[in-house]
Amino acid sequence: MNNIENMIGAKALMLAMEKEGVKQVFGLPGGANLPMYDELYKSNIRHILARHEQSAAHMADGFGRVSRKPGVCFATSGPGATNIVTGLATAHADSSPMIAVTGQVPVAMIGRDAFQESDIIGMSNPCVKYSFQPRNAAEIPEVVKKGFYIAESGRPGPVLFDIPKDVQQNEAEMIFPDVVKIRGYHPWTDPAIPEIERAIQILLSAEKPIILAGGGVIISSAFAELQAIAEMLMIPVVTTFKGKGAFPENHPLSLGPIGMHGHAEANKLMIEADCVLAIGTRFSDRSVGTFEEFEKRLKIIHMDVDPAEIGKNQTAQVAVVGDVRVSLRIMLKKLTQEVVKKSDYNKWLKHVNEVKDYWRENLKIHPGEMSAAKILRKLRETIPNETILTTEVGQHQMWASLFFDVIQPGTFFSSTGLGTMGWGFPAAIGAKVAKPDVPVIDIAGDGSFNMTENSLATSVLEDIPVIVFLINNYSLGMVAQWQRTFYDRRMIGVDQQNCPDYVKLAESYGAQGIRAQSLDELENAIKVGLKSDVATVIDIPIDPEEDVLPFVAPGTPLKDMILPS
Amino acid sequence: MLVILSILVENKPGILWKITHLFRAKNFNIDTISVGVTADPEFSRITICTHGDEKQIRQIVKQLDKMIDTVEVKQLDEHKSVYRELILFKIKINTPSDSMEINKLANSYGAKVHDVKKDSMMVELTAAPDQIKAFEDLARPFGIIETARTGIAALQREGA
Repeated sequence: MNNIENMIGAKALMLAMEKEGVKQVFGLPGGANLPMYDELYKSNIRHILARHEQSAAHMADGFGRVSRKPGVCFATSGPGATNIVTGLATAHADSSPMIAVTGQVPVAMIGRDAFQESDIIGMSNPCVKYSFQPRNAAEIPEVVKKGFYIAESGRPGPVLFDIPKDVQQNEAEMIFPDVVKIRGYHPWTDPAIPEIERAIQILLSAEKPIILAGGGVIISSAFAELQAIAEMLMIPVVTTFKGKGAFPENHPLSLGPIGMHGHAEANKLMIEADCVLAIGTRFSDRSVGTFEEFEKRLKIIHMDVDPAEIGKNQTAQVAVVGDVRVSLRIMLKKLTQEVVKKSDYNKWLKHVNEVKDYWRENLKIHPGEMSAAKILRKLRETIPNETILTTEVGQHQMWASLFFDVIQPGTFFSSTGLGTMGWGFPAAIGAKVAKPDVPVIDIAGDGSFNMTENSLATSVLEDIPVIVFLINNYSLGMVAQWQRTFYDRRMIGVDQQNCPDYVKLAESYGAQGIRAQSLDELENAIKVGLKSDVATVIDIPIDPEEDVLPFVAPGTPLKDMILPS
Repeated sequence: MLVILSILVENKPGILWKITHLFRAKNFNIDTISVGVTADPEFSRITICTHGDEKQIRQIVKQLDKMIDTVEVKQLDEHKSVYRELILFKIKINTPSDSMEINKLANSYGAKVHDVKKDSMMVELTAAPDQIKAFEDLARPFGIIETARTGIAALQREGA
């Protein structure tokens, strides 16, 4: 059933978005998107004003990851549009559903280097799942329907609508389709049963199997299926960093993330395993160290929704293409129905537990009271399990990977693919909009927080209180660590000193700033933040020389992991 | 490994650009490319000749398949397809007998001769790439002044 009405393009955009269930957009107005803003004013959709388009995009991204429905951001043409490119690239690298709507100069001006014209379709091409530039107002309802479908189906991703100003303003007869078909787009494949049967065979005949859970498990919410299979077969679970929290990290079978800053026990055991069930992962270089070393040793069973990921970075013995939740369900059903005759994993499990216990007891951590490990464990103790965590990018992020256990699956989000500093805070605001009843905390570093700290204005004025857990080493710590480790302590461009004062900064925005210099002060600050109805920045000074360890140097295999001495 | 990819796409502006962009972004190379609208004006066919090892080619095909604007991506088997390329050679005429020799050569390849001048002549050859290469080798001693080629057009044989 189609509904036909006469209206301008900008109004059709709002109506079509309302039909998609959009309740709010994150954005910034400008000359070329004023018609959209005028219709936004008249619509029931809430506008959340960002102070920079990049932050608006990250807010939409954070909303999308948590709600698993596309978050929407608005920007004007030209610099407004170029400012969202980092947001699009971040969402693209992490397969996050998102819709970005940019204004564009009028159709007749395109290509004339008009004021605030940018070829955003061209610039964003490699970092969007798809983009549309409607040339007639009448195209808008179908564009919106297709765009939302593309953004959220299959492997999710960002979709861009670049709408020329006259297309927003022109009136047309609008037909709102209920369904759309896109000839060249087949987002879901039914997993091939024979491949799942082969996967089971290989898994059960292995002697030292391991499960590697990636971000795909979180995107498809396959938590229960993953846990059921791990428990039924008693196979230990490691994750990628993006997959952190796909499996409860306090579970006896959990070994935590592998990779550059993976847990020592996870990296050690990953390289001892003889078979890996890899679920929803692209085998990123940050996870596997070196590609060659990984695939030489291991039988790889690869499950992914994206056929192009099969064989891209690692060659698999068996590949199961399809939504990983569906694939795991079928696998689980087969394991339940059939008599499972598996190799005896007991010897392997005993060894796994010994290695795990050894590293959990013997991994050296920084001796200071306010070491990364101690403050992050204090955070874990103090907050409820359903708390949503985001992170920025840098040392604090990797410390979170090492020392913060995610207990409730699907509550930990980070810019893992593109590694975008400044992502965590606006993403936390987006996450809080998606789940207003749950505490949201951005685990931050000072370097990253600097990049989008003006989102404090959004948090305060729009009444979206989140906590910034600011691990402050007064420097661009990860770069500093690399300079200490690989460049003989020739420190350049990493010293941020005590500038700004984050407590005063927070206060100047009308947020709450608390400095925590002991674990008791920290616990108190977290508790105050959890109860606060404005944003709380907890400034936690630490030793600037503290390194993230263990550390697998780039381009080296996991076995060459550098351990704390 | 030389590979011919036959890609059926939506006939819309910007799609050729997206495909060549994908090749660049994924670090693949295009040897030749030919594009044209099909009998059904909703579609265009892009024929790309590329090379790489089996793993790389599989990855190119998957990445192309993943593109929303591609309707069908086929890797053509040279033994099961007809594929042709048109090439124009401008060849030097050094002695009066050259003209006859080149004419004979052109005839034996089913090529057409155009624009015969005192010092040069043009030869139009439509053939499979290996034949073009063979012709080129035989024409080189006369002196090839310049060439222009269309890129390969290819279709799979019915029932193949």
